[in-house]
Parts: sequence; C-alpha cells; structure tokens
Amino acid sequence: MVHFKVNGQARTFDGDPEMPLLWYLRDILGLTGTKFGCGMALCGACTVLENGKAVRSCSTQMSKVEGADITTIEGISARGPHPVQKAWEQINVPQCGYCQTGQIMQAVSLLASKPHPSDADIDDQMSGNICRCGTYQRIRAAIHQAAKETA
Amino acid sequence: MIREEKTTFIENVSRRNFLQGMLSAGAFVLCVRTSPLLAKAARNRAPSLATVDAAAFHPGVYLGINPDGTVFIVAHRTEMGNGVRTSLPRIVADELDADWTRVTVIQGDGDEKYGSQDTDGSHSVREFFEPLREAGATARLMLVRAAAQQWGVPEAQCVADPPHAVSHKSSNRQLGYGELAALAAKQPIPKKEELKLKSRQQWRYIGKPAPGYDLANICSGKSVFGMDVRVDGMLYAAVAHPPVLGGKVKAVDDSATLKVRGVRQTIPIDPFKPPHAFQPLGGVAVIADNTWSAFKGRKQLKIDWDNGANSGYNSADYKKQLQETARQPGKAVHSWGDADAGFSKGGKVMEAEYFAPHLAHASMEPPAAVADVRGDKVTVWSPTQNPVGLREEVAKALGLKKEDVICHVTFLGGGFGRKSKPDYAVEAAVLSKKTGKPVKVVWSREDDIKFDYYHSVAAMYIKAAVDASGKPTAWLQRSVFPPISSTFDKDAVYGSAGEMSLGWDVIPFDVANFRAENGPAAAHVRIGWLRSVANIYHAFAVQSFANELAHAANRDPYDYLLEMIGPARVVEGPKGEDDELSRKYPYETARLRHVAELAATKANWGKKKPGNGWGMGIAVHRSFLTYVATVVEVEVDGQGTVRIPNVYTALDAGIVANPDMVQSQFQGAAVFGTSLARTGEITATNGAIDQSNFFDYQVARINNAPAHVDVQIVESDAPPAGVGEPGVPPFAPALCNAIYAATGKRVRELPLTRNGFA
Repeated sequence: MVHFKVNGQARTFDGDPEMPLLWYLRDILGLTGTKFGCGMALCGACTVLENGKAVRSCSTQMSKVEGADITTIEGISARGPHPVQKAWEQINVPQCGYCQTGQIMQAVSLLASKPHPSDADIDDQMSGNICRCGTYQRIRAAIHQAAKETA
Repeated sequence: MIREEKTTFIENVSRRNFLQGMLSAGAFVLCVRTSPLLAKAARNRAPSLATVDAAAFHPGVYLGINPDGTVFIVAHRTEMGNGVRTSLPRIVADELDADWTRVTVIQGDGDEKYGSQDTDGSHSVREFFEPLREAGATARLMLVRAAAQQWGVPEAQCVADPPHAVSHKSSNRQLGYGELAALAAKQPIPKKEELKLKSRQQWRYIGKPAPGYDLANICSGKSVFGMDVRVDGMLYAAVAHPPVLGGKVKAVDDSATLKVRGVRQTIPIDPFKPPHAFQPLGGVAVIADNTWSAFKGRKQLKIDWDNGANSGYNSADYKKQLQETARQPGKAVHSWGDADAGFSKGGKVMEAEYFAPHLAHASMEPPAAVADVRGDKVTVWSPTQNPVGLREEVAKALGLKKEDVICHVTFLGGGFGRKSKPDYAVEAAVLSKKTGKPVKVVWSREDDIKFDYYHSVAAMYIKAAVDASGKPTAWLQRSVFPPISSTFDKDAVYGSAGEMSLGWDVIPFDVANFRAENGPAAAHVRIGWLRSVANIYHAFAVQSFANELAHAANRDPYDYLLEMIGPARVVEGPKGEDDELSRKYPYETARLRHVAELAATKANWGKKKPGNGWGMGIAVHRSFLTYVATVVEVEVDGQGTVRIPNVYTALDAGIVANPDMVQSQFQGAAVFGTSLARTGEITATNGAIDQSNFFDYQVARINNAPAHVDVQIVESDAPPAGVGEPGVPPFAPALCNAIYAATGKRVRELPLTRNGFA
C-alpha cells in the first residue's frame, strides 16, 4: 500500500506497483489534464510536480511515490489561473494545446527554482517538452512574461 | 481543388428540434446550407483533396440566439491547433454584429448537413468564408426586421448597433438580440439579394487578432481530447499490430498476457481486405481495466506473424529504385514551350537529383478513440479530422448503415493529416461490439510511429539548359514517389493530378520551355497525407535547384530568384477540373515576387557576407493558393551543428480571418519544417518500420528550433486562401540553401543528419 497526496488530498494505492503515475492519475483518478505522449520521458506531456519539482509521470512508478506530494495541472488551477497560466493566455501560446499542460507544469517548476530565467535557462529546462505544433517562441515569451508578473 | 460555385440556402429552423438542450423556448435558430451547383466528385485527385470535394456537399452551420441573448455558433470543422473554433465563429459573429463575449461555440458532430468537415487541405476559411458571412448577415437582417416590426417603424431606420442589439436612433429605442429572438424566429428568410454584407472597414472581428476561444480551458487541462474521453463502464484496449503491412497472425500465445493484473481478455482483429484504405491493420487486441494493464499485457503476447509480400521492403534498396526511375522518361504531367527542342539547342546543361524520405506525423496525442456499440447503434468519440468518413468506415466494418453511427468530435492533440484516417476508431468499434462494452483504444507512441500512413518517400530529377547569362532556357523535372492513391487502389503507382498540383505541375519561373513528369513507384507501407503533402519534396527540389543555378551563374540567389520569377503574369497549370478555382485564384507571379521582397528586406538580405559558418537561404513557394517566401538564417559550427537564430517569412493568403492565428501557424510551420529537414526520416527493414519513439524519430525542441520566426502578412483583398500548411514547403529548401551559403556544402537529400549535419 502506497500513501501519497494528489493536489493536497491524501491517497492510497495498492494496485500494480509498476503502474506509472500517469495512468493512475488519468485512468484511476480521472485527472486527464496530464497527458500521454511517449511513455519514455522523452516528450514532457505528462509532467507533474512531485514535491514542487517537475517529474515525468509516465516514467514514475506508483511504488516510488510513497510520501510524495503530487501536483497536477488541476491542482495549480484550483484557485483561478496561476501566473504561468495567465502568461500563457496573454501570449496566446497554445495551438492544439495537448502538450501545454506539461509545458506549463515544467515552467512552474523552472520559475520556482529560477524566478528570472535567461533564454539559455529556458532552453535548458524546457527542452524535454516537445510541442509538435511549434509554439516554442511563444512559450519562451510567456515564461519571461510570467517571470515579470511574479517579480 | 474544390468547386467554388455554390448556392446558399438558409432555413429558419427555430421550431425544430435542433441542438436540443442548448436552446430555450423562443430561441431563434438558422440553419445555413450551401449546395454546389455542380455536385461532382473530383476525379484523379489525391484522396485528401477528393474527399474535400465529395459529392454530398451541403456545408452549413447552425447559428442560434437564445432569449437570454446567448448566441451559439456551431464549429463544424475540427480544432487541432488550426484555430477554426475561433476563426469560423468569428466570421459569423462579425456579420451578425454579435458581442463575441456572448457567443458560445458548439462543436458539430460528424454530419453531412454541415457540409465538408474534412479538416485538411487548408480550406476551412477559404471554403466557408462566404457562407458564414451570409449566415451572420441573414440573422442580423431578421433581427433588424423583428425590431422594426415591434416598433412599427421602417426597417431602414433600424440598425444593429451597438453590437448584440438593434437600435432606432431617432426615438432612442433599443432591443437586445435576446429580446428579439422570438420575433426574429417568425421572420421569413430574406433572399440573398437582400443581404448587405459589411465592407472591410466595418469588420469587427475578421482580420483582427484574437486569442483562441478555448484558451483558458486548454491552459487548465479542461479541454477534452480524444485520449481524455471517459465513458461509464469503459474498457481499455491496446492492439498488437502486424509489424509489416498486410501481415497476419499465424499463431498467438496469450497465456502470459492473461496473467497480467487488470487484463480481461485478448481478441483477434481481422486483417484488412486490400486495399487497406482506412481499415484496421488487424492483429491481437488486449482488453483491460486501464491503459497500463493493456500495454503491459500486450508486451507479454507471443505472436508468430506471417509477414506477407511487403516483407521485402528495404528503404536503402527502394531508394535506388526510385532514383533509377527518376532518371528514365516518365509520364508527362504538364508542359509549355518545347523542353526537348530547348535542350537540343545545346548550351550548358545543369542537372541534379534530390531525395526526401518517408515522414511520420507524430502528433503529440497518439491516435485514440472510444466506441460504444449497443445493438445496431454506435457512438464514437474520437479526435478525427474526418468525422463523416469515420462514420462510414465504422458502419462498413460492423455491417451497419452510416446513419447508425454517431461521431462526437473531440479536441485533437495535433492531426497533420494522420487523424483524417479513422482506422483506430474502427478498432474501438470492432472491440466494443465483441466485448459488449464501451472500449477505448489507445495507441502508444510506438504504434503511432510504426503504423502511420506515411508521408511519401520521393526521388526528384531536374535538368536545365542555361544561356550565357546563366538563365534557364529549358527545364525538365521528374518526381517519383509511391502515391497516396495506393492507399485506396493497390495497383496505383503514379501520382494523382492532385499530388502533381502540389508544387510540381508548374514552376513560377520565367522559362520558355518546361516539362514536368512523374514516374511510377509501388507502395509497401500505408501512404497518407501530411501537412503540405507532396509540396514538401517538390518545393525542396525546385527551390534547391534554383539556388544551385544561381550559384553556378555566380549570382546572388535572391536577385537571381526575382529574375527567375520574372515579369508579372499568371502561371497556367494543366486544364482540368480546377479551372473555376484557377479563375478565382490565378497563380500571380507578382504576388510571389512581393512576398520574396518582403521577406528579404526584413531579413536584411545581402548586408552581410555569407561563409565561415554563417549564411542565409531563401525559397518561395505557392501552395494551398497562398504565396510564401521564407528566409532562413543559420550558424553552422565545426561539428556540423546547425543553429537557426532567425527565420523571416512573408505570406499572401488573401483576406485572413485571424492574423494572430496565422502568425502561430507560420511560426509552427518553421518548427515543423525544422523537424523534417533536420532529423525527419522513417525507414523500413524487411517491411517493418525501424523507428519507434522520439529518440529515433526526433522532432525539433525549444533548444534547436528556430529561435525567432518573423511573420509578415500581406494585407490583401483577394479571397481567403490556406494558412495551415503553406508555411511548411519553403522551409527545408531555404534552410538547405542557407547551409550552402554558410558552408559550401549542398544538401540534396533530406534529412540533414544524412549529410553530416545535426
């Protein structure tokens, strides 16, 4: 039996310990804001926060989340848009939008560790998140915008 | 590519049961349909275009006003990042003089009553601009007449101003659209001649930048993509597909699979009957309580496959075949002057061969669908670019009528043409029927990359005779690729007229003698259309060759390109079914030249000497009726690593509905172009695809995509053209031309990784 929190709520899990957190969130809890893109931690669509830090939920087994505090996109949206989400809206970042929740979670994590990232910091921290529509230019602008807003 | 002649019918359906649940009593609802005067399916077309032209052609959209003033507008086409859920309803809202903040957009199910829903070919705004404006204007006029009647004043004294209301200025009276809805619903439908469409200066929304309608929901994870659909009692399925196209299961041992926690059963799926079209590939499905169990169980299957006839498909050998075919005379596609006579005059002859590999779509959301079969009724929720086709395919597979299948269209996590093919939704329907429960089929990334409808591999050969000044006097070009029609006709080997029209049957150059040819190639994988389709390899060849001619003549490539485009004129393509379209959208070289000038000027072309690892390249291309010029700036280091600091694109797409969305499409096209040019390559060994996920099918990331893409949109009164695809074709040749300027190394084969670049 694994004990952990999702968006502040205590949870337990006694299913297949190899099940990735991604499928627990999506199929068991119904939190579908976290997306499936590759299953190998190559694309970042499944990014959530574990104790405030971005992790790839597709490659995080349920056996490894004991004691963890997991935050999903639904968690950061609970009290109205987060500054990163506001910046995403101001810059009109998304095209199809599928990767954007993962991008936003990664950006939240980035800004928590580096409140004023340079372009190089953004390239470094966001390069694990693929956007096939190609919104990278706007993602970079939105991260700078969010940094400015939260300053 | 479509017949433009249409008759618009607008019906008042206020008293009928349309969109039940969305409407209160007293709502005012218009149904707009347009029917072609000549309903005729295009022949000899790439199916992507042929389906666009399907004979059953009744485009329409519902627009309604509730007594509370809510205006609802049905978005009947698919949202996949193209912005149609914003741009199309805003066209209606503009002519309606509606307050956009009081508009609710509803996604239309798959239904012929809406007209073409095939969201491919970059024609959503182009095809529906006029019918949607007429729909809005019709409703506005009926609201104005309702107000005039209510007040007992002449119609001419009533105006739809401020938005969402009708005013009688002299008596200072005003009624909101909600208040007028019930009375408007009783007005007869005005004739088309009575409608007064707004002038460009009066537009509120058309041509003005607007954020996406679904922006907040997307950013908070609330938008429901196909992958996100959940239905009570739903089971999950993963399918083990035959590794080679046309392969069959010889024997299967599922004993280990059935021991996996959460796995319920395995179900064989029949192999397709050729041609494969949109049928499932066949194989073995694992049915489970959640996605993970289905994936895990699938891994435990032991299947002995009969790989069949395509197991001889090896990309290296096939490439040689295509190149050999391209060196031989082919089927004439189009010509002017006399190319043979031109060449026989002697002079310097230049020739070059180009090659581009298969590509996979790799949309961020892998294919997924939920189907619920109950008796002889089916409900499908799917990310699909082709909801009516999906209904037809599901019905065919289950022996039902199309009318028995409902298709709810979800958001698409990217499509790029892959999700025009509903094979994965048919799998869900087949499995729901066999289990008696709703089933969600989830494709993994490996499924997506290994079992795609691939963009075609292609070999091109070009030859030109040049005069003493280095200008071509005769031009011959041949392309060879397994055609899209092979997906629907197993014997098809020649490119369709549609594929030839994608950048091959004409060149925009002032060359007296020209001939385009096409050679045969048999397909051994499923071939499909991918964002901008055959334009990708055709533009790569033509625009690279033009650059080679410029350098051979010791000319600046941009100056030379303008000279090649030459005097303002209309380029005539082959005569045929596109004649009406050609009249409405003639290929005007002046517009192509204009975008080249805009892009080059913005890029400061010619101000810095290329070489030593720095350079710029330019390419121009017209596709989906839009003129595009792209300048790419590169920095190439000693290891061959290519950095793209800037891209300058200029486009003329006629009237654009939402310039911010157009900016996005062209920014994204540069990234899509980077992916295909740098690393995009799908290969097969013994018929099975070699690549599987983002480590061996790499796509551009934020740290290697163009850092900045500048997009200039020509302000134009010409009718709207396409914007989703046209940014892609000129990118790869502009990039390769830039690399030549920077390094002196010519790339004639994509991707860059085949040429020592990364």
